Amino acid sequence: MHKLLSEKINEDLLLLGNEAIARGAVEAGVGFATTYPGTPSSELSLNLFQISQETDLYFEYSTNEKVALEVAAAAANSGVRTMCMMKHVGLNVAADPLVTLAYIGVTAGLVILTADDPAMFSSQNEQDNRYYGKLAGLPVLEPSSVEEAKEMTRVAFELSETLGEPVLLRTTTRINHSSAFVTLKGMKKPIPTGNFVPNPMGYVTVPAVSRKLHVKLLDNLAKASALSDASDLNFTTGEGTLGVICNGVSYLYARDAVQDLGLEGQVKILRIGFSNPMPEWMIKDFINGCQKVLVIEEGEPVMEEAVKAFAQEACETLPIKGKADDLFSRLSEFDPAMVRENMARFFGVEYTPAISVETKALPEIPQRPPNLCSGCSHRATFYEVKKAAKGMDAMFPSDIGCYTLGFLPPLSMGDFVLCMGASVSSACGFSRATNKKVVAFIGDSTFFHSGITGLVNAVFNNHNFTLVILDNGITAMTGHQPNPGVDMDQMNLPGYNSISIENVVRSLGVGHVTLIKPFKVKKSIAAIEEALAFEGVSVIISQEPCALHAKGLKLLKPRAFTVTDKCLDHRDCINEIACPSFYLDNGRVHIDADTCVGCAVCAQICPENAIMPLKKK
Amino acid sequence: METTRLIVVAVGGQGNLLASKVLGEAALLDGVPVRMSEIHGMAQRGGVVESAIVFGDAESSIISDGEADILLGFEPSEVVRAMGRCNSRTRVITNTAPLRPFTVAIGQGIYPDVDEMMSLVRERVADLIAIDALALARQAGSPMTMNIVLLGALIASGALGLSRSSVEKAITLRAKKAFVEMNLNAFRLGEGAVATA
Repeated sequence: MHKLLSEKINEDLLLLGNEAIARGAVEAGVGFATTYPGTPSSELSLNLFQISQETDLYFEYSTNEKVALEVAAAAANSGVRTMCMMKHVGLNVAADPLVTLAYIGVTAGLVILTADDPAMFSSQNEQDNRYYGKLAGLPVLEPSSVEEAKEMTRVAFELSETLGEPVLLRTTTRINHSSAFVTLKGMKKPIPTGNFVPNPMGYVTVPAVSRKLHVKLLDNLAKASALSDASDLNFTTGEGTLGVICNGVSYLYARDAVQDLGLEGQVKILRIGFSNPMPEWMIKDFINGCQKVLVIEEGEPVMEEAVKAFAQEACETLPIKGKADDLFSRLSEFDPAMVRENMARFFGVEYTPAISVETKALPEIPQRPPNLCSGCSHRATFYEVKKAAKGMDAMFPSDIGCYTLGFLPPLSMGDFVLCMGASVSSACGFSRATNKKVVAFIGDSTFFHSGITGLVNAVFNNHNFTLVILDNGITAMTGHQPNPGVDMDQMNLPGYNSISIENVVRSLGVGHVTLIKPFKVKKSIAAIEEALAFEGVSVIISQEPCALHAKGLKLLKPRAFTVTDKCLDHRDCINEIACPSFYLDNGRVHIDADTCVGCAVCAQICPENAIMPLKKK
Repeated sequence: METTRLIVVAVGGQGNLLASKVLGEAALLDGVPVRMSEIHGMAQRGGVVESAIVFGDAESSIISDGEADILLGFEPSEVVRAMGRCNSRTRVITNTAPLRPFTVAIGQGIYPDVDEMMSLVRERVADLIAIDALALARQAGSPMTMNIVLLGALIASGALGLSRSSVEKAITLRAKKAFVEMNLNAFRLGEGAVATA
């Protein structure tokens, strides 16, 4: 049985934030769940996927976040409690349904999890998705800890049903990827089906209907405002005339700072957990008794601006600060010492920061950048494209996935990365706006996510570039989730179909389609050369399973190679493909037999044929 | 309750997340509040993995620069890289077996001499315990048990107030059934290395 289905009520389990949210959803009786995987939210959906195999919960990995939210919107309007999960930039993809779904509302709880990533541990930007609450007019809940994340998930379903609106549950990486003990509560039985009651005047968003629905949304927002003012999720702790208003993990840092600075009895904290709409009267009441107020929030000054506006309405003239050159930044994430230091500065108390040991005289430690794995098929494809494009004035738009790492030397394949699917569409633009040969890279999952539309555009507008689809048969970067091209039978999961990328590409009328097996180096280079020479849109589909995934499924039996005495130390292997299984010892190249999987790409490019299979002992 | 802040630095695949979970379970058994934070994401692709574990009454789950009470290193150069997290009272426990970054092989940097690194660390912090945990793990039956060897050294150092019986029990709970004995053996070898160091 899945550990998150434990029926041991009141048991304390050590859970990751994402597991705690999954358990919260299960306790709330979630019957339907949709997602497109994205770190830092990925383990949440992975757990619900596993749970769905043991319960009545319906779960799907949708093609992209927009699809996920639209599927979820239907379920939640069929009376089914539904959760839709994504990373922060995923909500950009789902923004279209989000904003109008707020007009329509829901008939059963719909919780939309948006996992923000301040400091960009694994993202291309650090946007603050609380603004989506304001943009769409939807309630936003923000937990401060792992324990609270579970409880708040349950509350979010109830709030969604009270208001008849989706609720945004907004986390940050430090919630998703922290662990703590969480006390289990009882679970409601998941009910995955319900009934849709037609009501065109409530569901068909033609202008005449939407004008009425917008009125309804504003009414709901007013109700939400009253609920926020009365919510236990917004509360005050401590006493004093120095005020702190904070949210999320900043609340924990603020609590520790008050203690560390000995400010008990002088500082009171208003923790905002229900942050859209902001609790107007609670805030006005709070600042009324303060000399000054410090707003502590990662990201944008969302709360700070609201607090200042409320103060103006209440004719309060006390200093209210948050984002400032000498206080908090909009950049990156906060940490306890930063909050302690800024609190001390703003409230004018003595503070001696911890002194780190001297580090300037330490030797420089070589970097450990993330690297494509040993035996990664992307490395082979990048190498081959590089060889085939040699001498061309070429540029290489890339996309979001493991293969983004191909931009690092020595492969250096990746000149422009914007967002999911943009490799294809930006290739359309670059090929028109420059005289360069454009070769774009996209992974299989990203191709299904939003690469197809770009390719349709390319064919229709008769663009001229080569698209390389790196088909490793899985969504690898986020932890090996399925995508529409995956053979689910291979994972013993019946009941799915698999979509052939080749059929999709051919059906679009792409002028030149080539399939390559990237571990066959010479053949692949020749095929790529031919595709690059084609005038118009050409597509190369490079097919080879993700080595990490194949090892996990026991489909790949690693067979290590070794560098024999024939090696004359050209080092093409290291200098051109840079597989992490290579290392130097006493100035000689070696292969780590524990990590080499035997893709044999290095053996094919060695000028002396010095790399041979390691003989089994 | 006094707060103890522990940072664990490792390279993806060295088992630091499991070690952190074992410490978390042991803390529960000992009635010590605990919160942990970890940065994964690219861990499987050879990057640095860092966990922060906060024992005691503090509420934060991350640890600021200069504020680690203990630094547990799975790889010696990563300990040097993480020195900014330490202050002069920090206690450091580390494995000395290097895992050279791939960048060294392609000539982007030089891996410093381990003994030299260890003496630079020793000069700066309250106390350094440096053991070849990889050799001890092999002795226990598998290099994969290096994380547990280091837990043995951590507990034997006395830097962390958790009881050895709770950690052993947590290992029993967390390790795969077939490997419990091997891991307990690894734990004891780690303890022994500190006793004789």
